[in-house]
Amino acid sequence: MRRRSQDAERELYNLGITFLVYSNKDAVDRILPFDIIPRVISAREWAHLEAGINQRVTALNLFLHDIYHDQKILKDGVVPADLVLGNGCFRPQMVGLDVPFNTYIHIMGVDLVRDREGTFRVLEDNGRVPSGVSYVVENRHMMQRVFPDLMQDIGIRPVDNYGHKLLDAMMEIAPQDVADPQVVLLSPGSYNSAYFEHIFLAREMGVPLVEGRDLVVENDRVYMKTTNGLARVDSIYRRIDDAFLDPKAFNPDSMLGVPGILEAYRKGNVALANAIGTGVADDKAIYCYVPRMIKYYLDQEAIIPNVDTRICREADALQYTLDNLDKLVVKPVGEAGGYGITIGPRASREQLAECREKLLADPANYISQPVVDLSVCPTVTEDGIEPRHVDLRPFAITGKSTWVLPGGLTRVALKKGTLIVNSSQGGGSKDTWVLQDGVLQDGVQEGSAS
Amino acid sequence: MNLLARYAECIFWMARYMERAENLARILDVHETFARDTRGMTNWFSIVQLNADEKDFFSRHDRPTAEAVVHYYMFDTEHPNSLVSMLRMARENARVLRPWISTEMWTQINVFHNKLVEMNRKDVALPNLSKVCTWIKEECQTHTGITEGTFYRDQGWYFYQLGKYIERADQTTRLLDIKYHTLLPSPLDVGSTLDVSQWTTVLRSAAGYHAFRRVYPRGMTPTTVAGFMMFNEGFPRSVVMCVRQIDGLLTRMKSRYTLRGGSVAMEKVDELLGALLARPIEEVIRGGLHEYLDWVQEQLSEITNEIGRAFFGQDTVAAAQTQTQ
Repeated sequence: MRRRSQDAERELYNLGITFLVYSNKDAVDRILPFDIIPRVISAREWAHLEAGINQRVTALNLFLHDIYHDQKILKDGVVPADLVLGNGCFRPQMVGLDVPFNTYIHIMGVDLVRDREGTFRVLEDNGRVPSGVSYVVENRHMMQRVFPDLMQDIGIRPVDNYGHKLLDAMMEIAPQDVADPQVVLLSPGSYNSAYFEHIFLAREMGVPLVEGRDLVVENDRVYMKTTNGLARVDSIYRRIDDAFLDPKAFNPDSMLGVPGILEAYRKGNVALANAIGTGVADDKAIYCYVPRMIKYYLDQEAIIPNVDTRICREADALQYTLDNLDKLVVKPVGEAGGYGITIGPRASREQLAECREKLLADPANYISQPVVDLSVCPTVTEDGIEPRHVDLRPFAITGKSTWVLPGGLTRVALKKGTLIVNSSQGGGSKDTWVLQDGVLQDGVQEGSAS
Repeated sequence: MNLLARYAECIFWMARYMERAENLARILDVHETFARDTRGMTNWFSIVQLNADEKDFFSRHDRPTAEAVVHYYMFDTEHPNSLVSMLRMARENARVLRPWISTEMWTQINVFHNKLVEMNRKDVALPNLSKVCTWIKEECQTHTGITEGTFYRDQGWYFYQLGKYIERADQTTRLLDIKYHTLLPSPLDVGSTLDVSQWTTVLRSAAGYHAFRRVYPRGMTPTTVAGFMMFNEGFPRSVVMCVRQIDGLLTRMKSRYTLRGGSVAMEKVDELLGALLARPIEEVIRGGLHEYLDWVQEQLSEITNEIGRAFFGQDTVAAAQTQTQ
């Protein structure tokens, strides 16, 4: 088993399925460590998750449409207006603009964890440029190569039609007057840490992978530079943040973007996925209000509950957080990638003191959550097979309607005891098997940490 | 399907770097074998001359010893004409092109590059040099084979072939130029043992020795060797053979994909081909082979520039592309 595990890692390196890690000025090609023991999810469990993700994406898209139009949810006081309007990711340029099918978040990644009781909970929404889906597909391919014997006749739901579904959505949202829309994937370039994923998705969709310098805007239409001059572009899956997308409209120093693309977008001459300004919906502070959003727009209870979260901008929540600092996880609202997190029960006295200082200095920048004892899965380690903590990031694609990729990226904290699964901090990944209906109906047992 | 101008350029250069790497490995290999035969007479410096690297080389080394030259051409990462640098450039281009080229092409270049980088000085000590060069040559040929067998035949394929043949023609002129220059101080030397073995080296470097023998079983003169390498219609590395390929590729690509640009490049290729076919080798040598080869190299470089202007968008978008990453 260890030999097969080594074979797998060697192959990932050779295939160049890597991400770049920047440290000490050097950029190093690293593979995302791959654990060969798959994580299994039963059909029944999956049906529940799929419905929950669908519901969440629908609510968030309704929310975005609302805040960029009538702002009813703010007027009704369900979500505090300043949290939305004062948010750095709220884009005034989007106010009053209609987007096809009212879809803003075309590609969504939802981070799920499973608590001590076995309940899946949403830990975080990713509605800007969520990454990781390439590993879902590549991990499956890897399992098929390394364990062809094991996978026969199990009935695992396939994941390799993701590119196809994504292309369908990109075509759906293209300007309606274009008969055969040209779709492209816009990447910050080969030095981006997720470049492999950009390559992967462009290939799976069969569309050009372009950089900002390949595109120009003329008369509010977007073109790419080809060997035969300029060619029209209709639909762009962009993997560049809002701030870098258009130096004319946002960050003027951006070298990655396309000057004038916002105006082309506003005129409806080009589609962008995700839409501009979705960052306000996946904010860690807004997250706390998503269950209320679901109730408000859909009149339903959240199918997948949130982790119980306190918003430190509220006085009693701040007090509670300060009183229970050693039991809580404190997160800054703006950061991604697991940076800046303090895990109370595991923090030293000094770390707690530092966290307290930061909280008091800028309470609005923090939320707190109880420590979720992430479920564990058997994982190959130096000392044999041992339990390690995992989370799960399923992906949903939305054009006219929403489709959820069966499975998702299972990230695993390879270091013993740690709860942080981010690839930038020593996490790895596993293949995630969603079983066909009729296989293992009773659900799959996952351990809880002891 | 449209081909991004930037991709076309990357494909063109990936092919050139791989072709260049193969040629350099051939030269190092043959030189090493040849060096063993004529103890003490080895002129490693000629490799430096062949690549016009004199200035750069002497800025970092005092004498062109075997060790210095081999290291300079194998592993010197600051030297753009070293194998390691060429492979890095080929890999960088391939990395950008991963959405376009086959996975097998990328994987092979990636593994090849990684193995080369992991090698150390000991691995290429003189006794092992030939083995290493053979390995590099074989990896380059594997690349060629994988490309032939897996690269989808669209516009990209044409740019790949164009890059390969322009580079190959250029390499052949360089190989010939340096040997002709150094080996023929006066026509009286012709036919000496040394002379024959040096010309054999030239042919072997271009994998043309046996073919040459078949065409000229009786004798080997600088004139016949130079003529063979310049004008032979069956030798895959002859300049005429390569330029014919370039000519056909440009014409077919332009018409198949109804490309607007490229007329100037085509005219230049036609001119070059016409000139190559106009005079026999004896006449070329009388007029000065070195000058002639220089002129051919200039034409190839002009053709490259014209291809760049026509298809890589180098003129129109130069201002927008000044950004670097």
